[in-house]
Amino acid sequence: MTKLLEVQNLKTYFFTDRGVATAVDDVSFSLDAGKTLCIVGESGCGKSVTALSIMRLIPEPPGRIVGGRIFFEGTDLLTLSENRMRSIRGNKISMIFQEPMTSLNPVFRVGDQIAEVLELHENMKGPEAMDRAVELLRMVGIPSPESRIKDYPHQMSGGMRQRVMIAMALACNPKLIIADEPTTALDVTIQAQILELMDELSRTTGTAILLITHDLGVVAETAQHVVVMYAGRVVEEAPVKQLFHDPLHPYTRGLMRSIPSMSDDQRRRLEAIPGVVPSLLALPVGCKFNDRCRHAFDRCRAEEPPLTAPKDGHSVRCWLFH
Amino acid sequence: MLSFILRRTLALIPTVFGISVLVFFMIHLVPGDPAEMMLGERASEQALKEVREQLGLDKPLYVQYGRFLARLAKGDLGRALRTNEKITTEIADRFPATVELSIAAMIFAVTLGMLAGILSATRQYSVFDYSSMIFSLVGVSMPIFWLGLILMIIFSVHLGWLPLSGRLSYHIHIESITGLYILDSLLTLNWPALKDAVWHIIMPAFTLSTIPMAIIARITRSSMLEVLRQDYIRTAKAKGLAPRVVHYKHALKNALIPVITVIGLQFGILLGGAILTETIFAWPGIGLWLLNAVYARDFNAVQGGTMLIATTFVTINMLVDILYAWINPRIKVS
Ligand SMILES: Nc1ncnc2c1ncn2[C@@H]1O[C@H](COP(=O)(O)OP(=O)(O)OP(=O)(O)O)[C@@H](O)[C@H]1O
Ligand SMILES: [Mg+2]
Repeated sequence: MTKLLEVQNLKTYFFTDRGVATAVDDVSFSLDAGKTLCIVGESGCGKSVTALSIMRLIPEPPGRIVGGRIFFEGTDLLTLSENRMRSIRGNKISMIFQEPMTSLNPVFRVGDQIAEVLELHENMKGPEAMDRAVELLRMVGIPSPESRIKDYPHQMSGGMRQRVMIAMALACNPKLIIADEPTTALDVTIQAQILELMDELSRTTGTAILLITHDLGVVAETAQHVVVMYAGRVVEEAPVKQLFHDPLHPYTRGLMRSIPSMSDDQRRRLEAIPGVVPSLLALPVGCKFNDRCRHAFDRCRAEEPPLTAPKDGHSVRCWLFH
Repeated sequence: MLSFILRRTLALIPTVFGISVLVFFMIHLVPGDPAEMMLGERASEQALKEVREQLGLDKPLYVQYGRFLARLAKGDLGRALRTNEKITTEIADRFPATVELSIAAMIFAVTLGMLAGILSATRQYSVFDYSSMIFSLVGVSMPIFWLGLILMIIFSVHLGWLPLSGRLSYHIHIESITGLYILDSLLTLNWPALKDAVWHIIMPAFTLSTIPMAIIARITRSSMLEVLRQDYIRTAKAKGLAPRVVHYKHALKNALIPVITVIGLQFGILLGGAILTETIFAWPGIGLWLLNAVYARDFNAVQGGTMLIATTFVTINMLVDILYAWINPRIKVS
């Protein structure tokens, strides 16, 4: 069976005045239809750039996809014309962004913003598209959608706006939704609601989700498969149970230790990973994590480890497993 | 929205009242006796006294102001001292010329300025962007009279395509309805007059448009660039919309918000009469008339003209506010 999405050796670089930022370097992963894949990592590790690369929405200049392939339903998106690509965006692949407060256009009514996608991809006409917009808003749990479609974004709360974004993303029954930290900007209670909603919608509609987050708690609840990124690279990839049960990479273990857990018997101190994410313009030689890793030895500072699979379906980029 | 418009209109009343205070007292508190200015330094005391009485200048200032206000409320601005003509009549003869010229200039300025601004922003750092921004820099810094003269030399003197000056050729007659010749000739289906009026207005309107055009181009560009960086533009692209739709629908409507303010302001300024342009092209507008009134120390006319110009300016501003609220839903109208 072919995968729904297969990213192979993706490289997206930013050519800035101060040098080349290798925001995404040789990233590969894949996603089955109807499943959820999480990409986790600290701020700046290239999660959003990966997402935007799949959509081919990298701001160019300064950015450019310099290598790799992105197979979606068997065709390489990177070979498509801009026209063909536009017919996929918002239709077969849609995206939800991190900032619900600013992602909707402030001068158009939310109903019109949803209807616009339907008119574009589904050939619906005004009233028909509007009816469907109402239906979509109801689906994402917005009360009295008939009147809310006439609201402007500023009349809605952040959680409501994110629901509108989800409705918009769902409008054309996409095969894949890319959700880039959809809950980061929201209150904790709203976060849970939105994640639950996405989870439920994914199950009922069979839409696959590529969920980007820096919160491992979110990962545990929603994903089947996890990719851990660090400094533009995949450092570990595993099924979610496997990852939580037996994290291999020191970075992943560090992330695990930094999340609070309710089931902890003894009150253990939350640990933060020492140091900061290195600048993409001044990455350390060898393993990119070596300067923050307590297990680092000479080889780590000299040579970058390849991604290897010490166990079935569980791969890691670390010299400790060689 | 209706109540918003109503409130904004009502708010004009105190503003206009304030303007009347300013205009009146500024003119009456400047040192110097208007009667003496009118009659000259050697006028006899008797003659001066008569004139003062005739103009009501012998009364205390607050009484004079009261009279001025009372007449103003009836739409009466008094008589011009040099012609003894009603000021409202004089203005009614002149103002349409200024309005027509200003509208024509704004049409040039808005279409060309906004187009240049949008194209510059969507093609940032392209040759088009650089050249249009250089042009707009030249536009704001070029002396109007110089540009006017150059255009006259090229298009009238050398090429003979456009008439040198004035509003209309002397053999053309237009039935006056609004006082705007182009509109009137359209309304009366007077095609030769329409052509003549359009031909006459092109050069002065273009000359007058350069500064607002340049300002509008720059504001549109910077506003568009700002908007194009916003998250909702990325959302629009992620929907699969074509660049045309992203730029002209999603970006432009947001970018217009500051542009509208500038357009309104510039239009208000033009309606104050473009003294230089009107002088060069012998355009019989309010600017030229007011300038002559100042030279003649005709304080009644200056007072009336200033009143009208200031009121027009605040009215335009009010219309801009309403337009602004209409485009920008975030403004609380209730
Ligand atoms: N427009 C840009 N110009 C230059 N560099 C960029 C640009 N966008 C991204 N980058 C580079 O790519 C790196 C990765 O950015 P990205 O937005 O993918 O991080 P992220 O993992 O999504 O972080 P966050 O959790 O903060 O969203 C950044 O550190 C930056 O160096
Ligand atoms: Mg991000």
